[in-house]
Amino acid sequence: MITQLVAEQGLNGLQLGVTLFLMAAGLTLVFGIMDVIHLSHGSFYMVGAYLTATFGARFDSYLVGLALAIPAAALIGMAVEWIAIRKLYQRDHLDQVLATFGLIMFFNEGVRMIWGAQPIFLSPPQMLSGTVELLPGLAYPQFRLAILVTGLAVAAGLALLIQRTRLGMRLRAGASDRAMAGALGVDIDKLFTIVFGLGAGLAALAGGMAGTVLSVQVGMGESILILAFVVVVIGGIGSVKGALVGALLVGLVDTLARTVLPVALRGAFGNAVADGIGASLASSSVYVLMVLVLAWRPKGLYGA
Amino acid sequence: MSRITASSLVIAGFLAAAAPSFAASGEVKVGMLTTLSGPGSSLGIDVRDAFNLAVKNLGGSLGGLKATVIEIDDQQKPDVAKDAATRLIEKEKVDFATGIIFSNLMLAVQPGFDRAQTYYISANASPSQLAGKQCSPYFFSAAYQNDNQHEAMGHYVQAKGFKKVYLMAPNYPAGKDGLNGFKRFYDGAVAGEVYTTVNQLDYAAELATLKAAAPDAVYVFYPGGMGVNFVKQWEQAGLKGKIPLFGPGFTFSEDTLAAMGDAALGTLNTAQWSPDLDNPQNKKFVADFVAAYGRLPSVYASQAYDAALLMDSAIRKVGGKLDDKAALGKALMAADFKSVRGAFKFNKNHFPIQDFFLREVVKDAQGRYMNKKVAPIFSERGDAYVGECSM
Repeated sequence: MITQLVAEQGLNGLQLGVTLFLMAAGLTLVFGIMDVIHLSHGSFYMVGAYLTATFGARFDSYLVGLALAIPAAALIGMAVEWIAIRKLYQRDHLDQVLATFGLIMFFNEGVRMIWGAQPIFLSPPQMLSGTVELLPGLAYPQFRLAILVTGLAVAAGLALLIQRTRLGMRLRAGASDRAMAGALGVDIDKLFTIVFGLGAGLAALAGGMAGTVLSVQVGMGESILILAFVVVVIGGIGSVKGALVGALLVGLVDTLARTVLPVALRGAFGNAVADGIGASLASSSVYVLMVLVLAWRPKGLYGA
Repeated sequence: MSRITASSLVIAGFLAAAAPSFAASGEVKVGMLTTLSGPGSSLGIDVRDAFNLAVKNLGGSLGGLKATVIEIDDQQKPDVAKDAATRLIEKEKVDFATGIIFSNLMLAVQPGFDRAQTYYISANASPSQLAGKQCSPYFFSAAYQNDNQHEAMGHYVQAKGFKKVYLMAPNYPAGKDGLNGFKRFYDGAVAGEVYTTVNQLDYAAELATLKAAAPDAVYVFYPGGMGVNFVKQWEQAGLKGKIPLFGPGFTFSEDTLAAMGDAALGTLNTAQWSPDLDNPQNKKFVADFVAAYGRLPSVYASQAYDAALLMDSAIRKVGGKLDDKAALGKALMAADFKSVRGAFKFNKNHFPIQDFFLREVVKDAQGRYMNKKVAPIFSERGDAYVGECSM
């Protein structure tokens, strides 16, 4: 029984990890290539979830909804880059923080006006709503497994894109030296718009999938954004590989701490107190991890 | 000339400002402070809508006075609720307040209403503290005491012979009250007692731990969006039908049953009200609520409707004299109204004495998910804390 428990919690941790990766990949590219601190990245996660719900209801299919939500969110992301972010490249980081924080409020209020303040509950597609028997006695929800597989597939796809394509070459050039890449004829403006759209699309994918496990509500992007920033810092700014490793680490540590800490504390305190302290300690565990990684490698695991 | 005009304007301004307070003798102001955003919003919306429905049915008045309901979203945050309560007391000078859903918020704002001698009629949150040592002449619960529904289910699970039950609740005052209430009537072993963070939305880690503990039944208290997520994830993890799942009426309530869908079908829960209760005032309430809002009312809605009827009866009894606080308190205590749940009276701590029964989640002929009364459990049940109250 203990093997099954460990395996199941490991899968839960990985599933949180890949969701974080989809967020962090876009964030680290925007941060690393464009040198913009982008706080409103979580808004695309939220918008992606709402669009998935809306399109899904319109076409009576969750998968169609998700498939439409990703490009729609990417387009919104490009528009935001065109209208707002573009003005911020020459400004310092404080201005970027203020402006993108303003965007969070804009998106939250916008969503509240369009969809209302009440959460929307999404259901996974019928064919993925059951369980799979991975080990004897370990029945794991199919949809969570699908999230895990999708996340890993996207990670592989991104690796191919960055290592093997012309766009990827430009991205890498932009990340290592923006001015030089520009001087060599790379259209930096266009590149930035593409990066931003790509990041928004990935965030929307994460939001659309997480929306079925959690619920679709205003402000859902903020809680995951903070974790995604931790992932970016742990992995090294600008490194997609770092984002993947960091995200899986953070997902595993968070799930492990949430499972183990309350149990360990219950010996010393009552259940309610132990669970309260355990939950607080567990939510700080990822920051402890970040501190440890930074003490060992100040630029993150794969930081340049 | 201009000076005269100015001073007359000032006087006119004073008169205008004073005018509403003269008119106020024929008016009653109610502060509706409730949760209207986030995962807990389904409860607050039902409370607000049902209260407004009652006022509408009473011709826009309460006890013959023209009623003004001032609505504020507490965002399920104690600090927001406290600021809002101060505003209701000092700026709006409300005669009554109601609406709070979550007990941690209730405990944060109640001292303010108490100091201001503003009657608070709870349409939901009714923590053990306010039933016992901190009981107040200005607090009345038109709902229940937090432990009650849980006590009823503890009684049922015990009677059914379950020996190893796993308990889960959010980590806040009503969560602790709830599991304490359950254990007051359940004597078997506790396979696990887990308190999760309030408004946690992913229960995968807890469900894995639960499975490993191999309980013979599971009891969960998750109101609002927490319940929707837990019950859906329970089904997705393949646990439905393998381990019996029980809850208080809060977990399986009409405000969230539609979002849970088939995942909740057939589950048993306990409450003091059900939409199918067969009394004339309840039939009218349910029919009016469906007609006005296009959905079935929940247990929270029934409590808010009763809270309005209680205010109405008390104001009528004192002849609209809201300033006579002592008489108003006495009139509230009399509880001279027809509750949609049937029999209702107040205990000396201002908490109800009422019946609790078993409900089952069913799908009616129109395809709506709703609760149906199955069997009685407690009759004329008060609460465990009344002895600690010095009133």
